[in-house]
Amino acid sequence: MVLAVVIFLLVIGSIIFHFASPWWFTDIAADWGLIDLTITITFIVTGIVFVLINVFLAWCVYKYRQKPGHKAVYEPENHKLEVILSVVTSIGVIAMLAPGLFVWALFVNVPDNATEYEVMGQQWQWAFRYPGADGQLGTADTQLVTESNPFGVNPEDPNGQDDKIVLGPEMHLPIDKPVKANLRSNDVLHNYTVAQFRVKMDLVPGLISYLWFEPNKVGRYDILCEELCGIGHFVMRGAVVVDSQADYDVWLAQQPTFAETQAMVAADPASGQAQYAVCASCHGVQGEGNIALNAPKLAGQSAWYTERQLNYFKTGVRGGEGDTNGQMMAPMANMLADANAVRNMAAYIESLPDVPAAPTVTGDVENGASIYNRNCAACHLDNADGTWYTDAPKLSGMSDWYFLTQLQNFRTGIRGLHSNDYYGEQMVSMATAMSGIEEYEDVAAYINTLR
Amino acid sequence: MSLLKTLGDKSWERKGIIGGLKPVGAFDTAPEKVALVFFLVVASVVFSLFTVSYFIRMELPDWTPLADPAKLWLNTGLLAISSVLFQWARNISSSTSTRNIKTAFIGGGVFAILFIAGQLSAWQDLNNAGHYIASNPANSFFYLFTAVHAVHLLGGLWVWSKSSIKLLSGSEPKEVRLSIQLCTLYWHFLLIVWLVLFAVLSNT
Amino acid sequence: MAYVPLADQEQELHHPHSWVTKYVWSQDHKVIAIQYAVTAIAVGVVALVLSLMMRMQLGFPETFNLIDPSEYYQAVTMHGMIMVVYLLTALFMGGFGNYLIPLMCGSRDMVFPFMNMLSYWVYLLSVLILMASFFVGEGPTGGGWTLYPPQTNLAGTPGHDSGIVLMLISLAVFIVAFTMGGLNYVVTTLQSRCRGLTMMRLPLSVWGIFVATCLALFAFPALLVAAIMMLFDTLLGTSFFMPAVIESGTPLDHNGGSPVLFQHLFWFFGHPEVYIVALPAFGLVSDVLSVHARKNIFGYRMMVWAIIAIGALSFIVWAHHMYVSGMHPYFGFFFATTTLIIAVPTALKVYNWVLTLYEGDIRLNAPMYFAIGFIFTFIHGGLTGLFLGNVIIDLPLSDTYFVVAHFHMVMGVSPVLVVFAAIYHWYPKITGRMFHEGMAKLHFWCTFLGTYAIYLPMHYLGFLGVPRRYYALGTTDFIPQSAQDLNTAITIAALFVGASQLLFFSNMLWSLRNGKKADPNPWGAASLEWQTAETPPIHGNWGAELPTVYRWAYDYSVPGAHKDFIPQNTPESIEPTMDEQHFDPDLDKSKADL
Repeated sequence: MVLAVVIFLLVIGSIIFHFASPWWFTDIAADWGLIDLTITITFIVTGIVFVLINVFLAWCVYKYRQKPGHKAVYEPENHKLEVILSVVTSIGVIAMLAPGLFVWALFVNVPDNATEYEVMGQQWQWAFRYPGADGQLGTADTQLVTESNPFGVNPEDPNGQDDKIVLGPEMHLPIDKPVKANLRSNDVLHNYTVAQFRVKMDLVPGLISYLWFEPNKVGRYDILCEELCGIGHFVMRGAVVVDSQADYDVWLAQQPTFAETQAMVAADPASGQAQYAVCASCHGVQGEGNIALNAPKLAGQSAWYTERQLNYFKTGVRGGEGDTNGQMMAPMANMLADANAVRNMAAYIESLPDVPAAPTVTGDVENGASIYNRNCAACHLDNADGTWYTDAPKLSGMSDWYFLTQLQNFRTGIRGLHSNDYYGEQMVSMATAMSGIEEYEDVAAYINTLR
Repeated sequence: MSLLKTLGDKSWERKGIIGGLKPVGAFDTAPEKVALVFFLVVASVVFSLFTVSYFIRMELPDWTPLADPAKLWLNTGLLAISSVLFQWARNISSSTSTRNIKTAFIGGGVFAILFIAGQLSAWQDLNNAGHYIASNPANSFFYLFTAVHAVHLLGGLWVWSKSSIKLLSGSEPKEVRLSIQLCTLYWHFLLIVWLVLFAVLSNT
Repeated sequence: MAYVPLADQEQELHHPHSWVTKYVWSQDHKVIAIQYAVTAIAVGVVALVLSLMMRMQLGFPETFNLIDPSEYYQAVTMHGMIMVVYLLTALFMGGFGNYLIPLMCGSRDMVFPFMNMLSYWVYLLSVLILMASFFVGEGPTGGGWTLYPPQTNLAGTPGHDSGIVLMLISLAVFIVAFTMGGLNYVVTTLQSRCRGLTMMRLPLSVWGIFVATCLALFAFPALLVAAIMMLFDTLLGTSFFMPAVIESGTPLDHNGGSPVLFQHLFWFFGHPEVYIVALPAFGLVSDVLSVHARKNIFGYRMMVWAIIAIGALSFIVWAHHMYVSGMHPYFGFFFATTTLIIAVPTALKVYNWVLTLYEGDIRLNAPMYFAIGFIFTFIHGGLTGLFLGNVIIDLPLSDTYFVVAHFHMVMGVSPVLVVFAAIYHWYPKITGRMFHEGMAKLHFWCTFLGTYAIYLPMHYLGFLGVPRRYYALGTTDFIPQSAQDLNTAITIAALFVGASQLLFFSNMLWSLRNGKKADPNPWGAASLEWQTAETPPIHGNWGAELPTVYRWAYDYSVPGAHKDFIPQNTPESIEPTMDEQHFDPDLDKSKADL
């Protein structure tokens, strides 16, 4: 009795929840309205079935509950009824399947006028490649990947020379043009998902998968990885910006070609040295750091990392509100005139003798080791040397007090949340995954043992 | 077998005892044999899936065919003899010539052991020639197939050894007749599996 | 030579001589069934606790910090694998299959009791190996229950050192254990039925478990093959599944392997696995519904055909788990079609359950509550499956919380409701005591309403596009704060459901001692297991003579019969036979009304 009423109420409640729910598909931003239509058809068919069967079920439970003097009817089967039900069910299934397959055929067959671009995923970041004037992407292979050629573009392939290389996690697309994304991975499975475009596909190492769509709404949309790819899965984020054709052309023209990235002149440490005198006043002549001046040790840090941070200070990505020490650094970084000056400086700092900084932090090394090995080592490596591949800087032998202040900054959102801080948000997530300062100290104490 | 008729039975309409003492639809043989046949089907699925994986993996660009050792022909012969001996033991298992049964049954197992030894030596040869398990995918499959096949054979030898001990300790042949029948069936199966695997490995 | 039916051959029943041989090294299928069930439920509780820890993280991120990302992914993986394989598969086959098959077939025991015992101990070994991974190296693998390479083998995944190896070994050992048990269930069903018991007279429980066992026997090899090849890749450096990959900036030696091949093998096992769990549940719930509706299961033949059809079809739908895996997209047409075809026999089963209730005399007790609750949740879970099976709709929904909600509804909540229905239903036979009805009903309300409160809203997170397997949502432009609030609400519901399972455990334990003594057949059921002389049945099940079967298992409310059920072993001379030529339900109904 109660059960019958509850089932009935659950049906009503589910319908109310469905229509009242604020959680629904995001506004579509690609020309895949047909997918939404298929979903609507499926909702109508399944919704009717849901209501009919459950209301009938509730009615049966109510009507035929055990009562004195009441007896069940003996009826082994009713073949005719079963045949009718099979036919009706089949019709319902066809009503859902047929449009589904029709739309799938559209998805499978990429239109001829679709322009291609490449999405490359690796633990735990996105990068993108666009064909140059020839309209063709050069071949690429994971085995050719190096720090200076992170896509593994085949240098022998003439098609690849003019490919535009986008190393940040933000990509652009022109509006109202069909595009085909070729998907590649350097390590594990990833999945290229933009909720507003409706389509998604895995990136599989060793093969090129694809999807296509036609963006039809200007805006900025999140790219999420939706195939479990290791412990950084949930922080593997990117963004796609849909532009007008003119804006898109401007943006694409700013991106370097593959040939340009390869032809870059080697950085010149000597010219960096010339400008280092300013830095030395705080960070020390040997880049050894000075805790009293809140200046961390620099020597030994990889050039790619120092370069990126200097650029962040220059462009205001770091050193914003709340970051008092960073605010002092910003004008210093601005003394470096251009990108080359920054590179030269970073190269010089890398060449300084790497004497491990004196430990200033104490903590539970064992606990720190456990936390570090489970959650940090995947990017910063077991020996905390860091690697360009995961965009993780060196931690071992660097200033441990600075490590703590930066984790605090990440935790409180002072650092890492600027929209141009590409991988900072990953550290925000990891810093908040730890319970607080005590765990930071434990980890710092463990890193101090790794020198 | 009227499977359709069985499944179409309106069982609520028929009352009373149906069939004799043997349940309707049961196979007219020892349950051990039914179980073994089911197991052989399961094992066939295992080997088929390995083979399918082999063919799929073969399509990928880095494939280099296997240089299979000549020893495999000899080993194949050993396994065939083993199978023949088991068949012989099975054929005479209802007779009383215990001596011949012993010779055939135990001989069959010994040849199977020789086969495994031969496979091990083929591994050794490959290794000495620098064809390690991870050198290329065809090699990997070779080691994998031979290992899985040998493990199945070892399982059979375990049953064989128990029955052999019984035979040697003077049991009547009829006490191990079922065991001889099952071993024979199993050995034929493994011979066929090996022939298929060998053909796959050497022709691709 | 007279034929002696297998069921009646003087089986060498190892009659126990001591407590140890009676309860530990027992070869009695009933004891083994209980061993299986207790072990499976115990390991299931571990998985339940893991899920609650995940829910705490998702519902209250940055508040409790119970687990870090690494532990979260380990919990995801172990929760999934334990629930699917080590709990549900083991419980339905090793637990219910072991207990019910010999009893329902009227035989004394399984055909190979020693192998049956061995099956349990090897299963226990596989569980211990799996649990050991919590204590070795970096802990259990965190690669997701699908164990997709190359991820599981790389440094970015927790447990890539020893966790994955122990997982694969444990699975291989489990498969060995299952094969030993499975051969027993199949051969016992085929060869060891008692006199007069044709296949079509078997209760649907046996049919469900029988077909599911066949599925498992043919599907587990795919997992075994995948596990062996992955072990080779992990330990010996081969490249079956491992392509050229970069691990933390360093290229590995692997080259050319195919991760998609692993997925095919995994899902060739993984999809039938869904039905390995579902078919026994279908069978058991059919019997519970029929007994308590005092009515035969409606359309028995169709139910059997549907079980067989679903079982067969389940082998050709596997790639619907791989629509977005990068496999050739043309596969999508085939697999979407087969997948939606499977909806037809499944829907027929649902219709027939409801039609069993129609014009019945429904006894609304705790087992029946759970069974009816199952119909509701299964309809819900089945219908959402039609979204995911339709390849184009899978594109937006795949890898979101919609998937999580769908499979928990269809494969988590639904089978578990059947497990509870079945445990309450057969509890009197197994223990000889009645359970506490009020506590059982309270348990039902908490579980049924609680799980619906968890999973209904979760579908809507999926529509929104919230991805699954995220330790934290972080900041996105399209996921509003309200989604986080919903997550918190879901977590509260989950904690409530988790805690309410204590009602079940205390009921089981309390009733064991204090429950009312149960009649041999308290529900008035017709199938054989309720007709044993002793309750609980003795070792050997039957007295001096095996039962003889005269009718199908569903003679309920037969017009003109003395009682509203006729046990299967009642000769037709005692209870009337229906006039088979002129059977007309309407006519009989009018007779009954007179």
